[in-house]
Amino acid sequence: MKLQSGSEPGADALKYRLSLFLLLVVLWLGNSGLYSFLLLGFGLASVIFVIWVSHCLAVVDQESQPLHLARRLPKFFGWLIVKIIRSNIDVVRLIWLGNRAISPCSTRLPLGQKSDLGRVIYANAITLTPGTVAMDMDDDTVLVHALTREGIEDLQEGEMRRRVAELER
Amino acid sequence: MIALLLEGVSVLCLGTGIFLLVSGGVGLLRFPEVFSRMHAAGVTETLAASLILLGLMLLAGWGIVMFKLLLILLFILITSPTASHALAKSAVHGGLGVDPDRNETS
Repeated sequence: MKLQSGSEPGADALKYRLSLFLLLVVLWLGNSGLYSFLLLGFGLASVIFVIWVSHCLAVVDQESQPLHLARRLPKFFGWLIVKIIRSNIDVVRLIWLGNRAISPCSTRLPLGQKSDLGRVIYANAITLTPGTVAMDMDDDTVLVHALTREGIEDLQEGEMRRRVAELER
Repeated sequence: MIALLLEGVSVLCLGTGIFLLVSGGVGLLRFPEVFSRMHAAGVTETLAASLILLGLMLLAGWGIVMFKLLLILLFILITSPTASHALAKSAVHGGLGVDPDRNETS
């Protein structure tokens, strides 16, 4: 795994631990629904235990909690949701049109993201959009399979790639 | 009045979701090979699941049930692409039909 810029432990460690704490507290409160003193105490104990374990596993970092993306994520999600709805309609149309309408093809696309996290977001977005699936990945390309030629061409235009790159800038 | 409106929107969401689920199933049976079938399954796990959970959230109203439904939705949206990717990757590595250097499969 490559080290990312600005991921030195120490200075930021407290921030990530605090955000993990808040996340776990919300998760506990939202799932328990019982707010007696005893159960809240159990909750606090579990949260602290989980934070301790994940500290020992060294997974509390920029990659598990991409706080630096939080400000730009809503815009990206909004765009992605519209994209998902559109491609869903496309795929459903193709399903009812039948086999003649589809032209399955696969190709390698350039990645161009800086971090592992960026690549994961890009590949996940490709797969989350029906009609295109990320199948394999090496250092700078991703193998994509699409239900139609248009699907590949749409990705080749690179809007999604540009938006993911914008996200991690 | 508001309750009736919410119920209507919820029914609309559930209905569309069900149609998308059925479509996904039809595509799964209809398409010729594994990768195309995966795309059909993609419909059921994104928009269909979202719409059905959204419809249920509208019925549930504000509260703990809604929060749990939201968690389920998030979980589906994160795990299902991962599962699709794992499936596709193992299909490729198993030598099923796709040649990366060629531009077309059929």
